[in-house]
Amino acid sequence: MLAAGRGLVLSVYGLAVSIIMFVLAVLSITFILLGIGVFTTPVVLEGVRRHANQRRLWAADWSGVRIPVPYRPFPPDLRKGVTGQVERTTLLLKDPATWRDLQWLLVDMTAGTVLAVVAAGLMIYPIESVVLAAGLWRAFQDDPYWYGFVPVSSQLTGLVALALGIALFHLGLRAAEPVLRAHFLLARTLLAPTPEQTLARRVDRLTETRHEAVDTAASELRRIERDLHDGAQARLVAMGMNLGTIESLIEKDPAQAKKLLATARESSAEALTELRDLVRGIHPPVLAERGLGDAVKALALRLPVATEVTVELPGRAEASVESAAYFAVSEALTNAVKHADGDRIWVDLHHGEGMLRISVTDNGGGGARIGSGSGLSGIERRLGTFDGVLAVSSPAGGPTMVTMELPCALS
Amino acid sequence: MRVVLAEDLFLLRDGLVRMLEAYGFEIAAAVETGPELSKALAELEPDVALVDVRLPPSHTDEGLQCALAARRARPGLPVLVLSQHVEQLYARELLADGNGGIGYLLKDRVFDADQFIGAVRRVAAGGTAMDPQVISHLLSRRSQDKPMGGLTPREREVMELVAQGRSNTAIAAQLVITERAIAKHTSNIFGKLGLPPSDDDNRRVLAVLAYLDRG
Repeated sequence: MLAAGRGLVLSVYGLAVSIIMFVLAVLSITFILLGIGVFTTPVVLEGVRRHANQRRLWAADWSGVRIPVPYRPFPPDLRKGVTGQVERTTLLLKDPATWRDLQWLLVDMTAGTVLAVVAAGLMIYPIESVVLAAGLWRAFQDDPYWYGFVPVSSQLTGLVALALGIALFHLGLRAAEPVLRAHFLLARTLLAPTPEQTLARRVDRLTETRHEAVDTAASELRRIERDLHDGAQARLVAMGMNLGTIESLIEKDPAQAKKLLATARESSAEALTELRDLVRGIHPPVLAERGLGDAVKALALRLPVATEVTVELPGRAEASVESAAYFAVSEALTNAVKHADGDRIWVDLHHGEGMLRISVTDNGGGGARIGSGSGLSGIERRLGTFDGVLAVSSPAGGPTMVTMELPCALS
Repeated sequence: MRVVLAEDLFLLRDGLVRMLEAYGFEIAAAVETGPELSKALAELEPDVALVDVRLPPSHTDEGLQCALAARRARPGLPVLVLSQHVEQLYARELLADGNGGIGYLLKDRVFDADQFIGAVRRVAAGGTAMDPQVISHLLSRRSQDKPMGGLTPREREVMELVAQGRSNTAIAAQLVITERAIAKHTSNIFGKLGLPPSDDDNRRVLAVLAYLDRG
């Protein structure tokens, strides 16, 4: 029944809007020659896109047909005023998705509408047979009314029509859903990005994340170099110097030599501590020894805020993914400790459907946002290299929930 | 006293062997991989085992797992675990059976030979030797938390030393108070951590475990 109602919405509302949008779009694009079109086209095409997006939404909600959005994003530095408008129109017209949208409008108002009408009609048409059999047949006693292939002119033929109606209704019960689905599959052929578009977007995304990955790696190396240079390396130099002095002092002034030996030992201990911290920053030992779950647990034990960790990982992910996930969690936890001002944190790690899902929740004040320079955008960059995504829910007043998803296989 | 030693870096293994021999220990075996360690622990029945957490062939926490497995087979087998880093997570696992005879130290601690050998002897005798770093993380966390288990600052100080495995005499000497005062502090601590009164030495291990578990 629901499918019939939806088919009705599609065949009435969908058809009307499709026709209006198509006419407006064609007119507007034609008027570009006259100049006015430059100003109307972005508005009209925006409407077309909204209409198409509405259909994408229904496809997913009603029939589980996922139709990805193919539109190219506008560059962020689009100018304002007339030049901006011209630029916008040009960009829109250059986007193949615009033309495919228009093609879809045509297909939608013909074949698409037919499918929608069938989905709705199989359930609605039988109502007429009930009315006919109930007595309306009397009106057609002289001139038979054709219900389907049944000429209705008497009670008997009225009942035959009713039988046909019931049969159609049953057919509708079974067929409406698949027909509705067929409507959306038809829409998908034009509304989904073409393989070339998909590839082009993929290439854009890869280029972007590769740049970021290379930049991050380079700055990490610089940081490690600086830490070694100012830390362990300097301490070893001091130690060597001390040992040299001790060598020359050992006979003349044993007491002083002993004092220096103690300093040398101290230096070596400090160098070790610094190296240990550095190693933790490069690749935490627990991560290497135990994997992601225990590494996050060990990390949680070091936090000044009570943290509960739930892990459901039946195996280990690739080392690079583990590392990215670990540092993402680490950054999320640091953020929570530094900014959230709560007194509890929950971390949940689990794997399902080829995705590693991690959530970090705190009971703090909320108001966290992904923005330039914040720890959260750092996490986004880290995950981006692995096609991972980050979502933040942080209403004012809290709680804050940071969710991460990384595609990966466990072994 | 017979020692089994597992350490994959030749220099460190060699150094430890020399140090232990100089202090009169007998080296029953000095091995470099996990499987060799398991075999040595099962066959040689040492008085104490010195084990590096990370061992070949897997280079994960193989040494730790071998030690835990050997202790399951022979409860109370004294094991001193050495590592480049200390984790509260591992400390808990080591102490979990409550049997004592457990040590967990940073490799840096071998710098001070006397103290290190003291720790080996303590572990061999069924006591504990926890690296101060395991505990210090806890203390830094506690200070921002509500007073955990209601320990007073003095009691916490004592607890830290108990966790390291010191005897009451040693703690009294370090804090410059009488041994009787320490005994009072420790019995207060045990009470606050909910441990029943008994003369068992294991109570000290259980106290450390309880303390770690509140983290």
